[in-house]
Amino acid sequence: MEAKNLTTKERLQIPPVAMPEQDPRERVRNVSEVPIGYDAAMALTESQRCLQCKNAPCVKGCPVEIDIPAFIKAIVEGKYRDSINKIKETNILPAVCGRVCPQEEQCQKGCVVGKAHKDVDKAVQIGKLERFAADWEMERGEAEVPVIKASTGKRVAVVGSGPAGLTVAADVRREGHEVTVFEALHRPGGVLIYGIPEFRLPKRIVMREVRNLERMGVTVRTNYVVGKTATIDELFDEGFDAVFVATGAGLPLFMRIPGENLNGVYSANEYLTRANLMAAYSFPESDTPIARARNVAVFGGGNVAMDAARTALRLGAENVYLIYRRSKAEMPARVEEVHHAEQEGVQMMLLQNPIRLIGDDDGWVREVECIKMELGEPDASGRRRPVPIEGSEFRVAIDACIVAIGNASNPLVPATTPDIAVNKWGNIVADEETLKTSKKGVYAGGDIVLGAATVILAMGQGRKAAHAINEFLASGAW
Amino acid sequence: MNKILEKEFITPFVFRMKVEAPEIARKRKAGQFIILRTCDAGERIPLTIADGNADEGWIELVVQVVGKTTKQLSALGPGQEICDLAGPLGKPTHIEFFGTVVIVGGGIGIAPSHPIAQAMKRAGNRVISILGGRTKDLVIMEEKMRATSDRVVVTTDDGSYGIKGLVTDAIQKLVDEGEKINLVVAIGPPIMMKFVSLLTKKFDIPTLVSLNTIMVDGTGMCGACRVTVGDQTKFVCVDGPEFDGHKVDFDEMMKRLRAYESDEKTSRERYEQGCCGKHR
Ligand SMILES: Cc1cc2nc3c(=O)[nH]c(=O)nc-3n(C[C@H](O)[C@H](O)[C@H](O)COP(=O)(O)OP(=O)(O)OC[C@H]3O[C@@H](n4cnc5c(N)ncnc54)[C@H](O)[C@@H]3O)c2cc1C
Ligand SMILES: Cc1cc2nc3c(=O)[nH]c(=O)nc-3n(C[C@H](O)[C@H](O)[C@H](O)COP(=O)(O)OP(=O)(O)OC[C@H]3O[C@@H](n4cnc5c(N)ncnc54)[C@H](O)[C@@H]3O)c2cc1C
Ligand code: FES
Repeated sequence: MEAKNLTTKERLQIPPVAMPEQDPRERVRNVSEVPIGYDAAMALTESQRCLQCKNAPCVKGCPVEIDIPAFIKAIVEGKYRDSINKIKETNILPAVCGRVCPQEEQCQKGCVVGKAHKDVDKAVQIGKLERFAADWEMERGEAEVPVIKASTGKRVAVVGSGPAGLTVAADVRREGHEVTVFEALHRPGGVLIYGIPEFRLPKRIVMREVRNLERMGVTVRTNYVVGKTATIDELFDEGFDAVFVATGAGLPLFMRIPGENLNGVYSANEYLTRANLMAAYSFPESDTPIARARNVAVFGGGNVAMDAARTALRLGAENVYLIYRRSKAEMPARVEEVHHAEQEGVQMMLLQNPIRLIGDDDGWVREVECIKMELGEPDASGRRRPVPIEGSEFRVAIDACIVAIGNASNPLVPATTPDIAVNKWGNIVADEETLKTSKKGVYAGGDIVLGAATVILAMGQGRKAAHAINEFLASGAW
Repeated sequence: MNKILEKEFITPFVFRMKVEAPEIARKRKAGQFIILRTCDAGERIPLTIADGNADEGWIELVVQVVGKTTKQLSALGPGQEICDLAGPLGKPTHIEFFGTVVIVGGGIGIAPSHPIAQAMKRAGNRVISILGGRTKDLVIMEEKMRATSDRVVVTTDDGSYGIKGLVTDAIQKLVDEGEKINLVVAIGPPIMMKFVSLLTKKFDIPTLVSLNTIMVDGTGMCGACRVTVGDQTKFVCVDGPEFDGHKVDFDEMMKRLRAYESDEKTSRERYEQGCCGKHR
């Protein structure tokens, strides 16, 4: 099929190309990635669905404004190198974003093809094509190291190695500044390493991106807790000229219900960290244990809850109940993730809310008491408020549960640097355009500023901050 | 990577280890700890900084061999490296002039109480140290504690050294002697801290305990280390490790410490059979 010969009508007639996936029955027994990826023929067909719109609503929907029509066109023409280079002009983590971005709410939401079909699911599968281009490059070994400008002698400290921090490190390093990334944990990558499971985002992808930064001359120091090993002021004393704080939203919220400190009750952060970062799924090959429970309840309805539930299945649970106080329509998780979870056998218990955890004499959780809910008037978020139905309490037998109701901001840096202003939720206050904080030379971005948000928004803020930092270092003007 | 400078067993199951860690040595204060891993497949375990020297750039750990990780650590020696080590973590002990401070160290808990005794002494307090062990050989660091205390009382369960009895008997004795105690700091097995707290509550003596909950990250990210203090849930790694002993729910904490008993046994046995634990 010659691309240029297709009319708009013909393009609109091509159905979206589904990405092959591991069979649900098979995949719940391994930790390998669920969607397998497009091959070249699939990518060609899908890329031909793009109408190459001049006004490109997709680009406007992308927080980092990737030139989407251009990278798709390059795929149509088989110029994969050009395609990936185009994406990387504005997005340094395409293999990550192609997998975890909520495209249906961003680029694909405005897609004219989807609009023509009156179905966002029929939009051009931009994310899958992005992943295709990125994976193509990965298969060809190491990425090209971008040109680094001559050394300026200026030094920038990046605190936290999640997507925001990695983005700033790359963009600031390119200008010739020396960059050191400080990471509290023993492995860099932030949530991409410790939170999002292997079956959604293989860790080798994240490790490769970090290696690329190191090849660019960025120094990565793990096991370095800023605020403890050294404060921000001490980093300035050591000779850093600017600091970017990207410490994320790593403070787990609990429900404050009776029994929450029983054994077998985990925050999603703990559960996923044990499973991913500490590789507890391979215990006893690795040393860190995790409860191998048969009946697991997960509380929450977001992506984190889905990841926890699907991880529990892979750790051998027979029944995984996802208990959420609103209905499916209100779930904040991506539709695709809910779908994957259901396919794998996660049992959705909607309009139900845990009110008490009941344990045995050894302190292990044995039951959860729930109450049924109904939807009342809309609340501040515009979603209908769940109201408990009196007398509808019931119990479910469990031997582990995971609290996935959200994260607040990590307080370590603000607590040790009082002149960085925070809002009432503990998020660092930063200028929207420059990401400057109230403290001279200090910028902040990602979840520590936005509250628990997304990878691409963290990267978007990183880009803006890097731009501002580069200007600050060039002019000296704050 | 942190280089091991010295290692020495001070009892059959307790060793001290001097480790190169210049940044931590500079920043550490009494009461703080580090988290380490011994190998790439290893668990993150917290250990108190028992001593340190900022000029020479080292810290000292005093470790009791109880399971896989501590056993693997004990097998390392000078010249070898610890693959990951982060710190100093936790809040430092609140040091000021209180008057008479009684430091109670039980077993391996004597090690973390040493820097606190030092700091309390430096702040002008009269420091009385009570060192407890099951038997004579388990009373560690006596010389070091004597050097920083105005008075030292030793108790052993079997009476092989010092007073026969428990550390609580020694506290009772001090009170009976008319000692005016302004603060007790108790560090040791949870059961010891529980009974010390129950006793000092009777006499209305403010009591700090240093909790040794299970931890993962040690930066407040996971909540594995949570305990109930009064009517609140606290994270030991960032809110502690020291808390008001009169408010801690020790029974809950002791149950939480046993959460992975059978897995820990599996790990230990596999390691002893040489199955894993290759040091990088
Ligand atoms: C389970 C889970 C699933 C998710 N799924 C998705 C998804 O599918 N799509 C999506 O777009 N988003 C998803 N998110 C959200 C997304 O991961 C975050 O929005 C994003 O990672 C935020 O990036 P960040 O750079 O701000 O911080 P983080 O990724 O949180 O990284 C912060 C880093 O800073 C380190 N740090 C913290 N304090 C210090 C300190 N004092 N000194 C040194 N280092 C420090 C932390 O250890 C961490 O490594 C998910 C989040 C979770 C938890
Ligand atoms: C703040 C703090 C300071 C500590 N300081 C010292 C010290 O100075 N010297 C010392 O010898 N010990 C100290 N401990 C205890 C030490 O961390 C444990 O003995 C160690 O983790 C045991 O690991 P293991 O693999 O050898 O044994 P395991 O067989 O894994 O466990 C033995 C016991 O140690 C506890 N434990 C297991 N895993 C962890 C973990 N990840 N984090 C914390 N506890 C765990 C459990 O109660 C378990 O029953 C401290 C603990 C805390 C929280
Ligand atoms: S150890 Fe994770 S929060 Fe304390």
